[in-house]
Amino acid sequence: MEIIMSILAGTLFAAGVYLILQKQLLKIVLGTALLSHGAHLFILTMGKLNRGKPPILIEGIKDYTDPLPQALILTSIVISFGVTSFLLVLAYRTYQSNKTDMMDQLRGTDDE
Amino acid sequence: MMSNLVFLPIFIPLFFGALLVFFNKKQKVTVNISFLVVLLSLGVSIFLSYHVFSTGPLTLETGGWKAPYGIILVADKLSVIMILAVNVIALTAAIFALSSVTEKMVQHYFYPLFFLLIAGVSGAFLTGDLFNLFVFFEVLLMASYGLIIIGGSKHQFRESVKYILLNLFSSILFVTTVAFLYSVTGTVNMAQLGERVAQVEQQGILTGIGILLFIVFATKGALFPLYFWLPKSYIVPSPIVSALFGALLTKVGVYSMLRVFTLIFSHKLELTHTFFIWVATLTMIIGVIGALSTSNVKLIIAYNIMPAIGFMLLGIGTFSAESLAGTIYYLVHDMAIKAALFFLAGLLVWHAGTSNLKKMGGYIKTAPLMGWMFFIASLILAGIPPFSGFIGKYLLLRGAMDEGHYIAAGVGLLSSLLILFSVIRIFIGAFWGELKEEPKQAVKTSGLAASAVLIAISILLGVGAEWFYPYVQAAADSLIDPQIYIDYVLKE
Repeated sequence: MEIIMSILAGTLFAAGVYLILQKQLLKIVLGTALLSHGAHLFILTMGKLNRGKPPILIEGIKDYTDPLPQALILTSIVISFGVTSFLLVLAYRTYQSNKTDMMDQLRGTDDE
Repeated sequence: MMSNLVFLPIFIPLFFGALLVFFNKKQKVTVNISFLVVLLSLGVSIFLSYHVFSTGPLTLETGGWKAPYGIILVADKLSVIMILAVNVIALTAAIFALSSVTEKMVQHYFYPLFFLLIAGVSGAFLTGDLFNLFVFFEVLLMASYGLIIIGGSKHQFRESVKYILLNLFSSILFVTTVAFLYSVTGTVNMAQLGERVAQVEQQGILTGIGILLFIVFATKGALFPLYFWLPKSYIVPSPIVSALFGALLTKVGVYSMLRVFTLIFSHKLELTHTFFIWVATLTMIIGVIGALSTSNVKLIIAYNIMPAIGFMLLGIGTFSAESLAGTIYYLVHDMAIKAALFFLAGLLVWHAGTSNLKKMGGYIKTAPLMGWMFFIASLILAGIPPFSGFIGKYLLLRGAMDEGHYIAAGVGLLSSLLILFSVIRIFIGAFWGELKEEPKQAVKTSGLAASAVLIAISILLGVGAEWFYPYVQAAADSLIDPQIYIDYVLKE
């Protein structure tokens, strides 16, 4: 199971990196979204995947699911959700005010 | 009960930052409350520093969860020095805000975002948990995303998109690295990480993870070759925001490196820390070249952030008690002087109506006080004795020489000269000669007052080095021996 998850996370990372190397702003934003999905899956996988086990350690129970990665991933999901939505609005406003969404035309000069 | 004190430097700005959201239409109320908050916060941080230096570090186990399991906040000597510096910067920023924050900026939530930034920075300095450090990074970054686009001009949007994308990418890398580290060591508590990495003598993959973390912090701290986002994005917002960014944001990256590479990854010095010295050297060179290459006043100051970061990294790379003390000294000095220079550059640009140095000239007649303050600030930045920059650089360069890093030390000396040249160029170009154009507006007194406070602090740090140095040395001594921190946090 861990191997499948790792491959999935790796694919998400690869797709994300491919997208953030594009010139169009929207594609880059989508790329960061994919990258953060990859990172989240990766955190979950790193804590070992157990099925049907309680996430707490009680006396007598030896086999349990590590609750920490789940806490980390939840925090991280909320943060990246917020940043991505902010970034989408910002990308739209940038497109509106600069009249372009191509990164190579968003370079700017020294004197402004 | 005393341990709850640790939470206050985060709680006060966080609470009042949220509260001020309701007063965005009432500028007067907001300004008054914000002054009370910065003074209260400064008072608390002074008391906290006094307490830590007289009776030893404090920890707060949030929610009552014991040390390696719950999130802990640790106020050790280094943390309280940083907290104190942040709160002083916050006070001067509140003074500068009197002249520069317009009603429109208040309506667009300048003050709430400002306090959230302070809360995030304070949290990053106080946390003893690596994942929590990421969370506080996000808190301060979110606030900075809001601050950077206040004003909403065309180039602000253009530059902030790049700034946010790059920071988002490095945050994702940060989370991934924490996941790596968790899978190898089974903990995210910094003290326990330090203990466990020491047990296996930082073998194989752990060094790799350490370098990944370095890349994350290097992106936040604008080190070579990850600096390219910094200069332009720091000059587009309002001067007060530039000053806050220049004084606080990159320094959080440096602080994190200082913490992580003394506490956790300090067992393969010949590999990691030698690498740091080369990165530091290149950062100094690139930063100085950038500062000399432009005639945009704000851009010159923004580029000058980089050689300073290079100096601090040189201290971490050298890794002796003396050089770490130099890094801490330089960190505090640089926070004060960068804020002062950004304030002064902002005032100058308003006064002249342009940021192009070639269109300025002769303003010493219309704004003599600002001119001379700029001159003193330039000397402090370059490290002319007896100012504070000299003490920090002296410690850093002597530390580097002692450990045989002659090339890095030589580059440091040369870059100091070029830093002086790059900022004196502003002084000569903008203040000497005949008045080229009539000034657009008079210099604002509160802006000058804020800069004067910071310059006075820098002079005090330099002249009174005898008084401050023992505290900095004590903080550096506790860094060089991570066992003190580990034992204290894990209560062994």
